[in-house]
Amino acid sequence: MSRYVIRRTGAAIMTLIAASIVIFAFIHLIPGDPVYVMLGDGATPEQVAALRDRLGLDEPLVMQYLIWAGNALRGDLGVSIFFETPVTQVIAEGAETSILLASVTMVWIILIGVPVGILAAIRQGTLIDQGLSGLAMLAASLPTFWVGLYLILIFAAGLGWFPSSGYPSIFEEGGLVNLRYLVLPSLALAAPNAALILRLTRASMLDVAREDYIRTARAKGIRPTRVVLRHILRNALLAVVSAFGFTFAALISEAVVTETVFALPGIGRTVVQSILRRDYPVIQGVILITVCLYLVINLIVDLSYRYLDPRVELE
Amino acid sequence: MRQVLMMLPTSAIRRPITALGVLFLVVIVIFAAASPWIAPYPPDVMDPVNRLLPPGGDHLMGTDHFGRDTFSRVVFGARLALLIGVGVVAFALGTGVPIGVLSALFPALGRVLMRMVDVLMSFPSLLLALGLIVILGQGVFNAILAIGLIYLTTTARIVYGVALRLKAEPYVEAARSAGAGTWWIVTRHILPNMISPLLVQASFVFAFAQLGAASLDFLGLGAPPEIPSWGNMLAESRIYITRASWLLLWPGLMIVLTAFSLNLVGDALRDRMDPRFREMVRR
Repeated sequence: MSRYVIRRTGAAIMTLIAASIVIFAFIHLIPGDPVYVMLGDGATPEQVAALRDRLGLDEPLVMQYLIWAGNALRGDLGVSIFFETPVTQVIAEGAETSILLASVTMVWIILIGVPVGILAAIRQGTLIDQGLSGLAMLAASLPTFWVGLYLILIFAAGLGWFPSSGYPSIFEEGGLVNLRYLVLPSLALAAPNAALILRLTRASMLDVAREDYIRTARAKGIRPTRVVLRHILRNALLAVVSAFGFTFAALISEAVVTETVFALPGIGRTVVQSILRRDYPVIQGVILITVCLYLVINLIVDLSYRYLDPRVELE
Repeated sequence: MRQVLMMLPTSAIRRPITALGVLFLVVIVIFAAASPWIAPYPPDVMDPVNRLLPPGGDHLMGTDHFGRDTFSRVVFGARLALLIGVGVVAFALGTGVPIGVLSALFPALGRVLMRMVDVLMSFPSLLLALGLIVILGQGVFNAILAIGLIYLTTTARIVYGVALRLKAEPYVEAARSAGAGTWWIVTRHILPNMISPLLVQASFVFAFAQLGAASLDFLGLGAPPEIPSWGNMLAESRIYITRASWLLLWPGLMIVLTAFSLNLVGDALRDRMDPRFREMVRR
């Protein structure tokens, strides 16, 4: 077990190092001198020299990478060209919105995707199953921004139930009531993802239902509801719960579009604005942090999966 | 290949909704091929007097804020939708298949290549695409590359898995012991047996390419604004939605139905072909 933990953690660290090289190379792959690209043509020689010095662009590439990676390890992701504040601070300002948005979205995904998926699996082959599976596929084909615009049109502009844009912090005036700003964005973001979890729950239930031990349980005369709840569901949910991790990580990236539609002050919108402002250190920082997040979640899921399901050891 | 395509009609009859999906895709292809003849107006002619007209009369789907005919723009939008879909599928399969097959055949090379695929997969997909757009710049071709890169990784993974399984098949080992070369085995045994999973993957990639491209368009980082793509139409009409909600309806519906139809086709193909899945359906 512990050897597996070490091997798996080592692989994650290697992937992170490789990914960080790609992210570092990013700024050098942009055509033209990155300093001029970032500052524009009207930059004075002093500004150019200062930025060149700050980014360490006069060092050899390998040194540049080591300096950049060393700084990143100490929590220094550089300075935003636009805000002239540390990148970590720019990201931290959007973190509350993005994390809360992803969390509320996860609640919808779990509340809708899992029970409906179970229902479809129990009623497999019936009209209910076909209808639900068809709806799930339709939902998976929805662009989140389109759903978002319709939600704004109906529930914000039309009925006036929820605000259409922005998000004041829950630590400011209003407190938790401010979460109502996240209702429509989280629903838009949840639609296609809940559909994926629904399909996964259904498939996973049906997979487990074919196992020999389920046949044994039925043959022993255990009541069908008990077989479904105790034997099938508990085993099927293992795969579903492990998918929550990836879904959460994916939400941070997919929120780029949703945050733009609803003008939410999150990390995603910061990325889009930074692209338009050519604020490359911020883009680099966000990508590095999300890749770290993805790898850590991936690692936790893998390790806990092995802990929860000892059969994985056999592989 | 012909066998695979022949299966399509039977599964379509079995599930009428899939038949509707196929029909919709045929309409899209016709729209794209014959747009100048189907569209009643050129897609970019402005008519300020008739701006934001509701659907009906001379304008089947109404007009936008420049007085351009929405129906005509929807018809011309099919061209870009197909171009993006075909381009992304071609890129993803064109790179993913060789990477997956080579990795399966040559384990030493495979360790390096699949490791690189793993690294790319650790990037959140939309951020990966956006990063590439920053490097390459905005444009239709670059959007295809950026979205294609996301599906290069998933395609390579699938192909790698399938090729590994095929490589272990007795008939492949028999061919190898009979003196067949690597090229022979790849072209006679591995690739032909891979066609069905590849077709399924292609239809899903085609579907998700539509959603990805629409997102890029919406963020203003996809097709240039002068091109009438469905994503661009939604992005432009965004501020008029309370006054002219039909501008939101048509292009969005086209994106959803195209992606939905492709997903239906992909699912039907998978139902027909994946033995594991077939067994589940029979029970």
